[in-house]
This record gives sequence, structure tokens and C-alpha cells, in this order.
Amino acid sequence: MSQRSDKLKNTEQELRIFRARALLAMVVVVALTSLLVGRLGYLQVVQFDVYSTRSEKNRVRVEPLPPNRGLIYDRNGVLLAENRPTYNLTLVRERAEDVDETLDLLVELLELNDEETSTFYERSQQWQRPFQPVLLTSDLSEEQIARVAINRHQLPGVEVEAQLLRYYPDAEVMAHALGFVGRINAEEVANLDATRYAGTHFIGKTGIERFYEDELHGQAGLRKVETNARGRVLRELERTDPVPGKDLTLTLDKSLQMLAYELMDGRRGSIVAIEPGSGEILAMVSTPGFDSNRFVTGIDRGSYQTLQENLDLPLYNRAIRGHYPPGSTIKPFLALGGLVEGAITPDTTINDPGYYQLPNDSRRYRNWLRWGHGRVDLERSLAVSNNTFYYSLAHELGIDKLHEQMSNFGFGRRVAHDVQSESPGLMPSREWKRERFDQSWYPGETLSAGIGQGYWQITPLQLASATATLANRGEWVKPRMARRIGDATLDRDLPDTPEDIVLAQDDWWDSIFSGMEKVVSGSEGTARRTGEGLEYRMGGKSGTAQVFSLGQDQRYEADELEERLRDHALFMAFAPIEDPQIAVAVIVENAGGGSTHAAHLARAMTDEWLLDDEAPEAEEVRETLETDDSNVEGN
Amino acid sequence: MPWQALTRSIRGRPVRPSGGIPKRRSLWERIHLDPWLLGLLLVLMGGGLLVIYSASGQNMNVVIAQAIRFAVALVAMLVVAQLSPIFFLRWAPVAYVIGVLMLVAVELVGDIGMGAQRWLVIPGVIRFQPSEMMKLAVPMMVAAYLCRCELPPKLKDIAVCAVIIGLPVALIAAQPDLGTSLLVASAAIIVVLLAGLSWRLIGLVCALLAAGFPLLWMNLHNYQRQRVLTFLNPDTDPLGSGWNIIQSTTAIGSGGVFGKGWLQGTQSQLEFLPEPHTDFIVAVLGEELGLIGMIAVIFLYLLIVGRGLWLASESQNTFGRLVAGSIILTFFIYVFVNVGMVSGILPVVGVPLPLVSYGGTSSVTLMVGFGILMSIHAHRRLLPR
Repeated sequence: MSQRSDKLKNTEQELRIFRARALLAMVVVVALTSLLVGRLGYLQVVQFDVYSTRSEKNRVRVEPLPPNRGLIYDRNGVLLAENRPTYNLTLVRERAEDVDETLDLLVELLELNDEETSTFYERSQQWQRPFQPVLLTSDLSEEQIARVAINRHQLPGVEVEAQLLRYYPDAEVMAHALGFVGRINAEEVANLDATRYAGTHFIGKTGIERFYEDELHGQAGLRKVETNARGRVLRELERTDPVPGKDLTLTLDKSLQMLAYELMDGRRGSIVAIEPGSGEILAMVSTPGFDSNRFVTGIDRGSYQTLQENLDLPLYNRAIRGHYPPGSTIKPFLALGGLVEGAITPDTTINDPGYYQLPNDSRRYRNWLRWGHGRVDLERSLAVSNNTFYYSLAHELGIDKLHEQMSNFGFGRRVAHDVQSESPGLMPSREWKRERFDQSWYPGETLSAGIGQGYWQITPLQLASATATLANRGEWVKPRMARRIGDATLDRDLPDTPEDIVLAQDDWWDSIFSGMEKVVSGSEGTARRTGEGLEYRMGGKSGTAQVFSLGQDQRYEADELEERLRDHALFMAFAPIEDPQIAVAVIVENAGGGSTHAAHLARAMTDEWLLDDEAPEAEEVRETLETDDSNVEGN
Repeated sequence: MPWQALTRSIRGRPVRPSGGIPKRRSLWERIHLDPWLLGLLLVLMGGGLLVIYSASGQNMNVVIAQAIRFAVALVAMLVVAQLSPIFFLRWAPVAYVIGVLMLVAVELVGDIGMGAQRWLVIPGVIRFQPSEMMKLAVPMMVAAYLCRCELPPKLKDIAVCAVIIGLPVALIAAQPDLGTSLLVASAAIIVVLLAGLSWRLIGLVCALLAAGFPLLWMNLHNYQRQRVLTFLNPDTDPLGSGWNIIQSTTAIGSGGVFGKGWLQGTQSQLEFLPEPHTDFIVAVLGEELGLIGMIAVIFLYLLIVGRGLWLASESQNTFGRLVAGSIILTFFIYVFVNVGMVSGILPVVGVPLPLVSYGGTSSVTLMVGFGILMSIHAHRRLLPR
């Protein structure tokens, strides 16, 4: 009984204990709940902005919309550089039912060869964010696209995507003049405006594409898209359209450019033609050319190496970077320099015994005609390309004035307004020689300069530019490649245009012109064969540049050696004399046979430009050249 | 023998109606349910279905599946509520022993899922997590033991309880399933605490735990340690283990006071949230319904816990009180651990939000618990004082 009452007592005590503990538990529960609510309040009220932003960032992805690159046209509106859609085959692995099966089916459909198949499988293994397409193969043919389209239902996750790719219709002919675009490399990325180039994969690497990169590129747009955690785009939230690049109309004339390229007939050399009155470059060819389209997508190592190791240096832009001794082509400019400086007048006459001697020096500086031209005045000195006259003139001028006068024509400086990577060539001077060789200038070197030999080196573009300035009677118009950029027309007068060349009497120009006309039309002219049947008045000047030595690391086959040691043929010309429409400079490397070769090409160029439909085909000119190889005269 | 004596004493005499005439019992009393608690639970489940609809990406199939589970769980609760507490008292040791044996079996032949050995499979028949059953069996076993002792428990009784608790907890922790083992342990420890464990002992145990922490740390699995470390500084591994915490706090925080609106949560709808309709469902709730929605839900839980504790303290015998108190406080621990984890104040452990997270087993276990709670309450008149 007592036990029972104990138990009763205990039961009450137990209830008391329990209630106390339960109350305590409730207090703890409320306290912990408050802690949770406090935490939630902190997250949702105090830190709301932080998390709100973070959640937006999660959800919204900004995708760049690259602009379409501006197109490039020639002066007549012929397309020189376009953006062609190419078709890439992509696969979103997450959407494919069976990736291996899909790949096998695609290989079968596309009829890939072994090499393509292996790259195809290799690419399919590339890491990619989920739901992002993997590029399997690019540049699909129409037929391949059609086959994929027909079998679409069997190929979930497979897409044919269009991508605009730069394409140059006449790549070989235009490669050096236009340059090309290529994939942006790491070095370029560092210097680019990331916003403007967001989403852009290509950038102008050389030539016009590089010089006018800013104008051609345009401004990237962007779109904000909502994505889920796997990166899949759900919808577009906001969009700013890209501003496409400006179209560019060049001064080049495609048909003239094509002719120039064909005239070169695979030989090494360059032809540059300029319209004197406007400075517009009508043609600018460097041969051999190369297929610039291969550089757009990225040329493979082997092909690039082949191009680089080619002895003809197809990647080398001879028109603007090729250095050649000008030879006799500088004689008209030297004569003009003499006139400006008052060293000579049109009436100056010398007696040529076949050589020139400096005072107190027994060395004879020879004319190319051993027995001399006898009495030589200014006009005749040009027509027969007399050396003695110019030895004498050079000596009279001295290297300092000669350097100054020739610089005024643009030799030794960059002349064009918008030519990328133009070389200034080399116009030697006392200072230059001291700096370069730490030697003083010798009077004999002035005489060499007088006939365009020695240290003097010009580029074909410089020669054409100087010819244009001469044809303009001394008025400088900077050579240019662009005619219109978008809606804006390029000014005729550009900043940094050199000073015009002014003669004491304006009719002195006619003497020079007359001398140059006799080169092609006179009975003694060095290029008189070229002038046969000329339908307009043309002034020109021939030149021969000696090849002094070959590069030490260049090795030639025995039969090739002779060819590569031949002289370079040069010719500069303008026409018609009374109202010059075109100035041309032609350089054919190792042409041999004096200047004839180059002169014929220059004539073909002026014919094409000045005559309607009557210009000879490149084929015919080449035939003339073959029968004419005997004509070895002048220099 | 002592068990029989005990059950006899509980059965004892019939309840003496105070007023002489037995009161007419209401419908609720006849089906042994507490209408207040049931009402609150139904509101919670209904709200849970709405959140699941949103969290599952508006997948009606998931909602229907969950509703079916709720129905099963409610039936289970109703059935369990009809059983007398004496039944639980009698069967608690049996369930406990079977549970321990199954845990041993799991250790030996268990099926591996999610990197831990938790499942017991009888092929073609059933896939079963014994640890789930132990959430109820262990506290009931402890209560069954303690209710025949003189309370507050003596040191000897506590030592026995420690063994009763320690054995299954160690087995579960070895699976390894630290989260469940801690929940089982805390459910049982709550029984001991409610039974009146002296404060001095509580202090002592706390001190021991603090001292033993490094030892515990040494024995944790790598992924468990990683979870704790990530919890302490989620930004160290934002794409790996930190991802869950970062995304869930981002979801909650970006909800603000009023939320982005039901079905409008970007974090949850765009799949940034991990497991949005199971363990991380609170993040969906916080993002879409904001602080106001969160407080409403937490308040609902608070009401349930309050009602449960009230029912427990109304119970007229020790076993019922201890079991009922443990069930309801464990329920609260689930809520606290889950919300604490998702809001970033506790490490990530796999604890669902009770009756809201998608999942069958936990819902059924919980509702069986509530069934026991209601049974204890409804049968109180049948019990002697």
C-alpha cells in the first residue's frame, strides 16, 4: 500500500517534471524559431540587394552580337571582299538521343574521307558547356546540307549553322592590295576594345583590311538572354543591334588590276598604277600572289611553311615593301632636281666621250654606250638614257641637294595615305651613311646615285607616286586606296602632303616631258619598240637594276642561278602627256634583256586605261615580248 | 515479467468519470484524433503541395504522387491512432530489437545508394531503410525503459539508456548516415531530457561532447568534413559543394519581403537550385513567397509544435508523455535543421522539411509519429493516473 502511494506521488512528481521540461522545450523552440526568422530577415531584408543582384546574374547572360564587316568594292562597284555564309555542322550532345549513333550516321551522310572522319570524331569529344553546340565540321557543301536536312528527324541535336566568313573572289590577284582578315590572336586581344570586339573572331591582319579595320569592323551589339542553370537560352530580354561596319569603295580598278596580274605572268615583280590628278591607286599588284582565303579560316602549318619557303616569296608585298635600285628611271627626277636647284637649264649641253671623270681622279665612270653619245642635251639625255649627263649633274648638285630634291619626290619616305606597312625605301645621305657605316660620303657615291645605283632603294609604289607627281607638273596628291568610306568621300588634299615642286619656268616641264616622250617615240628612244603604234602621247623612262648578290642563305639550283642573277627591268610611264590620266611603275625581277620587258607591260597598262576595248590582251603582249627578246639596248 | 506487471498497472482500473455519468464522446474522440492538430497538419500539407507544384517545375505528376503519399500517410496516422499506447509500450522493445537486427543486416548485405549503405532490399518485395523506423523505435524503447524507473532517472538508468541509444546510432552512423544517426540520437535524448535528467548531468555531457568533438571530427568521412567546411565558408568552392548553399541563400535572399510570386522564382524555375522539391524546398518558398511566406510557414510549424507539446503534457502517464514529447520535439528539430541548412546557418545534411518536401518515407514516418501522439492523447482517459 505504501508502495502504491509512493508510486502515486512519483507520478505527480513526474508530471511536474515533464511539464517544467516541456515548458522549457517550448521556450527553446521559440528561441530557435526566432533565430531562423532572424536569419531569414537578414537574408531577405538586410542582404536583399546583394542576393537580388546575384540571382539576376545567375539568370541573365549577355550575348554579344558581332557586326557584319563592311564590304570592299573597286572603283566601279565590283565586289572585292564579301562576307559569305559558310555552313557549320554542330551537335548539342545533350539533345542527341544516342551520340555515337548520331556521329556514325553523320559520317555516312557527309561522305567524309578518312582524315576528315578522324578530325570529326576528335572534335565531337571536345569539352563544351552543357547545351552548347560542339562544332563538328565546317564549310559544308550544298549537297551535304541537303542530306543532313533530309535526315533531320534521325538527328536530334544536330544543327547546320550559318556563319559569315570573309571571302575574296579573286584572292590571288587582290591578296597584296586588300590584305586579309584572320582570327584574332592573343596579342591582338590584349590591345582591342573588348566591348567593340565582343563576339568578333576576325580582324584585319594586313593591307586595306588592317588599315581600315576601325571603319570596316563596326560596333558589336548585345542581347540579354535568360538562361537556366545549364546555360540553355530560354528567351531574349533585351537587345541592342550591332552597327555594321562601313562599306569601302577603293580606288582600284579590278579589270586593270587583273590585267596587271596577268601581264606579270607569274614572274616576280610589281606593277603600280596611279591616276595623277587624284592620287588614286588604280592597280597595285605584287606577284606571285597567294590565296588569301586560306588565311581567313586559318591556314594549316604545312601549307604556310610551303608558302614561306617558296623562293619566289609569294607572301612578300613587293609593291610597297620591295626594295629595288631605281636605275635610270630616276633620271627625269634628277633632271627636275637640277632645274629646281639651277644646276642646269633645259638648254644645258654636255659632250659625252663615253665616260665621266671627277676632277683630280683618274677613275672613269662609264656611260652604258662605251663610245659615248656625243653632244647630249637634257631631252636627249632622257631619250637615250645617257649616264655621263647625270654623273655631271649629280656631281654639280652634290649629295645633300640631290638627297633633298629626291626626297621632295617622295624617295626615302612613305608616300601613300592609307597603305599599311609601306616601306620608305632608302634615300642615302651623308648623315645616313655616317650613322649606318660610320663613314664619310665619297664623291664617287654621288655619281652612282646619279644613275640610280649604289645605296638608293625605291619601292614600286614610290616610283609610281613620283611619276604621278611629275605628270602633275609638280603638284603633289597623296596616293590613296580608299575612295569612299561609308558615305564619306576621301578628300583630295590630305594632311601631310609634301610640298609641290615648282620650276622657275613652267614650260621647263615640257622639256622633261618631251625627253620622256622620246624614250618611247623618238628614233633613239631606249624603249622605241614599245611606242610603236601608240595612239596617244606617252612619256616614259626605262631602268635596269643590277642584282649584286644573292642572300647568303638562299640556295638555288644551278640552272636557276643564272636566271636569278639577271638584272631587274624597270619602267615608269605616264600618259597622255597633255592631260595625264595614268602613271605606271613596272618592275620585273630578273627579266634580263634590258628594260624592254617592263616597258611593254607599262604600255599594255596605259592602253587598257586610255583606249576603249582596243587594249591588247595580256596574251598578245606576252607574244610580243617573246619575239622582242633580242632587243637588248639601254639601261 | 516486469513488463506484464507494468501493463497490468497501466490497464488497471477503468477511468472514473468525474461527474459519475460517462460523457458522450465526440466524433473526434471516437476516431481518436485531435481536430486542431489534424487541421494544422492538413493546412501544412496543402501548402506543401502548392510549393511542390512550383518547385517541380509545375509538374502535376509530382504533385499527384505527393498527394497519394500524403493520403497513405494520413491513413497510416489514422490506423496508428486507433492503437492503444499499451500496444506501443508492449511492442517497443520488439520493434527496437528487430530494428537493431535489420541495421546489422544492412551493414552486412545492405544496398548501396548515394554512397551510403542504407537500404535493405528483399528483391521484388520491398526496399526499406531500417534507420527510418528507428526514428520512432529508439525513443519509444527509451521511454518504455524509463517509465518503469523512478524519475528523475538515476545514473544507472541513464547508463542503460545510453546503451539503448548508442547501439543503433552507432550502426546508422556507420552506414554512413550521420544526419539520421544524429536525429535518432536526439529523438531518444529528448526522452531522457523530458524524463528529468538532472542539469548537472546535462552540463557534464555537454562538456564531454565539446571535449570529444575533435575525436568526432577525426572519424568523419571526407565528404562529411567537406560539408562542414563548405558550410563554414561556401565561397571556397562555389561550383562544387558550396554551390548548394550559395544558390539556396541566393534564392531566399532575392525573395525579399514579399517574394517574387508563386511560380515566379528565377532561381528555382531556372534550375539553379539543387533538389528544389526535396531538401531545398524552403529556398523555393523563400524566393517565391518572401519573408512573409516564410514567417507564415514557420508560425504554422510553431502552432503544431505548441499543440503537440500541449497534448503531450495532457497525457496522463509517463510513457505517453515522454513519447509524445519526443515525437513533437523531433518534428521541430527537422524543421529547424532543414530551414537552418537551407538558409546557411547549419551544414548541409539530408533532412527534408517535414510534410512539405517531396518524399514518401519521411511523410509516412512523421504521420505515424503523429498517429502515436494522437493515440496517446485520445486514450488518456483509459489510462490510470
